Amino acid sequence: MNFPILSTLIFLPLISSFFILLSKDKTTNLSSISISLFSSVATFFLSLFLWYSLDINTSEFQFVEEKSWINNYIKFKLGVDGISILFIVLTTFITPICIISCINSVKVRVKEFLIAILILETFMIGVFCSLDLVIFYLFFEAGLIPMFLIIGVWGGPRRVYSAFKFFLFTLLGSVLMLVAIIVIYWLTGTTDITQIYKIQIPKEYQNILWLAFLSSFAVKMPMWPVHTWLPDAHVEAPTAGSVILAAILLKMAGYGFLRFSIPMFPLASEYFTPLIYTLSIIAIIYTSLVALMQDDMKKLIAYSSVAHMGYVTLGIFTLTKQGIEGSIYQMISHGLISAALFLCVGVVYDRLHSRMISTYGGLVNYIPKYSFLFLIFALAALGLPGTSGFLGEFLVLAGTFQKSFLAAMLATFGVVLGAAYMLWLTKRVIFGVTNNSEIKKINDINKSEVVMLVTLAFFILFFGFYPLPLIETFNVSVNSLINNYEAALITN
Amino acid sequence: MFPEIFLSLSIFFILMVGVFIKKSFNLIFNLTSLIIIVTISIILTNPNNEEKIFLDSFIRDPFSNYFKILILLSTLFVLNSSKNFIIDNKLDKFEYPIIILLSILGMFFMVSSNDLILFYLGLELQSLSLYILASIDRDNLRSTESGVKYFVLSALSSGLLLYGCSLLYGFTGSTNFELIADQLNKENTGAVFAMVFILVGLAFKVSAVPFHMWTPDVYEGAPTSITSYFAVVPKVAGLALLIKFMFVPFSNILLEWQTIIIFISIASMILGAVAAMVQKNFKRLLAYSSIGHIGYALAGVATGSISGYQSAIVYISIYVIMNIGAFSCLYLLKKDGQYKENISDLSGISKKHPLLAISLLIILFSLAGVPPLGGFFAKFYVFVAVLEKEMYALAIIGLITTVMSAFYYLKIIKTIYFDDSIITFEPTKNRTAQFSVIASCMILITFFLYPSILNNLVNTLFVS
Repeated sequence: MNFPILSTLIFLPLISSFFILLSKDKTTNLSSISISLFSSVATFFLSLFLWYSLDINTSEFQFVEEKSWINNYIKFKLGVDGISILFIVLTTFITPICIISCINSVKVRVKEFLIAILILETFMIGVFCSLDLVIFYLFFEAGLIPMFLIIGVWGGPRRVYSAFKFFLFTLLGSVLMLVAIIVIYWLTGTTDITQIYKIQIPKEYQNILWLAFLSSFAVKMPMWPVHTWLPDAHVEAPTAGSVILAAILLKMAGYGFLRFSIPMFPLASEYFTPLIYTLSIIAIIYTSLVALMQDDMKKLIAYSSVAHMGYVTLGIFTLTKQGIEGSIYQMISHGLISAALFLCVGVVYDRLHSRMISTYGGLVNYIPKYSFLFLIFALAALGLPGTSGFLGEFLVLAGTFQKSFLAAMLATFGVVLGAAYMLWLTKRVIFGVTNNSEIKKINDINKSEVVMLVTLAFFILFFGFYPLPLIETFNVSVNSLINNYEAALITN
Repeated sequence: MFPEIFLSLSIFFILMVGVFIKKSFNLIFNLTSLIIIVTISIILTNPNNEEKIFLDSFIRDPFSNYFKILILLSTLFVLNSSKNFIIDNKLDKFEYPIIILLSILGMFFMVSSNDLILFYLGLELQSLSLYILASIDRDNLRSTESGVKYFVLSALSSGLLLYGCSLLYGFTGSTNFELIADQLNKENTGAVFAMVFILVGLAFKVSAVPFHMWTPDVYEGAPTSITSYFAVVPKVAGLALLIKFMFVPFSNILLEWQTIIIFISIASMILGAVAAMVQKNFKRLLAYSSIGHIGYALAGVATGSISGYQSAIVYISIYVIMNIGAFSCLYLLKKDGQYKENISDLSGISKKHPLLAISLLIILFSLAGVPPLGGFFAKFYVFVAVLEKEMYALAIIGLITTVMSAFYYLKIIKTIYFDDSIITFEPTKNRTAQFSVIASCMILITFFLYPSILNNLVNTLFVS
């Protein structure tokens, strides 16, 4: 196929952001919103087409585009396989939802906000498409700029602190990855990852390079103990920013582990498995306990994200088929669920301007539609069977039991804690006694909010009952990932 | 040496014009721009091969031509974007552009020198012009102070440099760079001493730590138009000279000077990052940031490899683009006839002046080295070269200081975007400054489309 479909996918949002810049509307922002909505929906359909035409029976990279870039060894190389396509579709699916959400929640500088979101989408798709380490780093870091502005310009009262913390934490983690990338370039003579897969990186370098990559991914993931930027960023970010942060930006790190750490450094991945287990278990248990004690809804969901990401890292580094498949499933489903939960918080925040749990109570009596949807998402977040959240956690735990009984035990205990904080949150917000008289006056969700939340609820339930489309897509790629990993272990 | 002859003759000519025609600032200013453009075209049309004249003391090669064009182009942008500023601040004396041309002439001899004497003469011609420029606003206390400060310290460093030159001559018996290179080796301890003195002098000229003391005061005290010239053009010439010294006369004592450069580089990077954090004046902040940037360029030089020198040249070229953009923004911050230069004056300009705000955003993120902007590639190439030589400590310190320096760039962006607006600046009529800002932003944004453009150019400089 000669048509550069991936480049089109990446640069379509960027180009449409130029049109928004040129659009002249002063008061209503109608044309900006419609341009961005149109372009993001078009990007979504393009990515669906990509998914449809992807051959899922091979683990080879497809739709590969290659251009000489910095020199003949650092190329502008793009391509997708069964794993990355899902993240691309997730990105293009979440972006239109964010744009719809900002109709209600963003009041000032709407045009700039939409431009920032679309530029961010470009960088996010770029991360999942890139087959070259330098291109990957470029997109990975570039996403900081729009996100920094989204938190800082449209955020809450402590936005400056959160935006700085977010930016500097991530940058500090990433510069070590840059060193590692350049070292890999000098070791192997290329940054094209399909080439690097074939070359075995010397054993004595693997551990230190793996740690350098970890420093970046651990911050982005975020893993305990470098997760502290996430609650701050989530709390202060506007709704759409939180949604993108939770649904997509966090997934970059999990994707990075699958795409770079494991295939490039199989020996180090094996060596450091206990470390990842420990950090993941601490993340699951500790942040679940912290989440229990939060009185801010967004903060609670943010800590629950850290816990859920703990399952992802645990699953990836079991290096079993179930574990990795579960992790990917968990990432996709967490992308949908956390997006939905942040949108739910956004809905009530737009009405009462409070994120405190104590402000609410007994919402079910006044806004039943909202309460029903909230309940679905909360149950999905705690992993109720029949929702997509269940399958991911189940597969991860199934994978972990094969490798370490203790880790699996502790992780399962985390599931119970997850149920505890989610149910308690639901009890306090949706049910319970209404103390606040303002709640009696608030309106139920409007049309645009129904569209967003019902779509998300539909997919959460759909993938809970029928996971096959996702599993089939990444099945072959995951198999080859594990086969290559085991082959590398045997040869050494 | 045709460009130099043309340049000196035109300087004499416009000096005469200035003396005999009253109120001739505009005329001379435009003539200066014309002279610069003609000189560029002379250099471009001249053959690009290597040639030595005057007993091998003067050399024309692709290396010197590249730097001459860089110096001329940056001067052209710096001068033209500052024209309104010069007139508004009553600095429109006809000597102004002439002295700038004289300093360019000095730099031409510096980058083309192949002999200690010619090198020193060029350096002094440049320095003397810069002393006058620093204090050109002679009724202003700050400006004169900065001029005197610069003069005293710079004269001291020139003295050290000259002492180093004489030592070098004494121990090697020659002033010619190539002959010195043949004579030098590790056993020649006296010559190593000489090398240290020369390095000190050059480090002073590029304001690398620990010889940076003059930079913040001079940057802040001098009028902005002069500061922007100081921040860009002499740095280019100084770095060219540094690379030339390392590449030709000192190539045999690589290990000796490498240690010194590594130290200077690390010290500059750290000081640039730390000291800039607390600055409130934008010019002073840019002074510290330029110290940091020189540190990164020196990291490329410290590798002692050709790819390292190339990365340093690419770095300084992108640095020039970013700094021209940053200073041109200062010319647009005009309120009641006064130019604002405090960071707090930038509060909330994103609401009233969205275009200026986004330009500053791009330039500042680029200075911080965040991808996909041009500044990232500059740093990337330097670190590629540094890691090729397996200097891990230098690379890691460099990258950590990048994060630290990102902090103060973010602080400015915070002021621009997150804070409430205080000042509404006058709608500016300064089209040339606007053009410089937009041109520099466009280059920085689109750099990632073809990031090897400068590398391909610089690759040809070291063929000999």
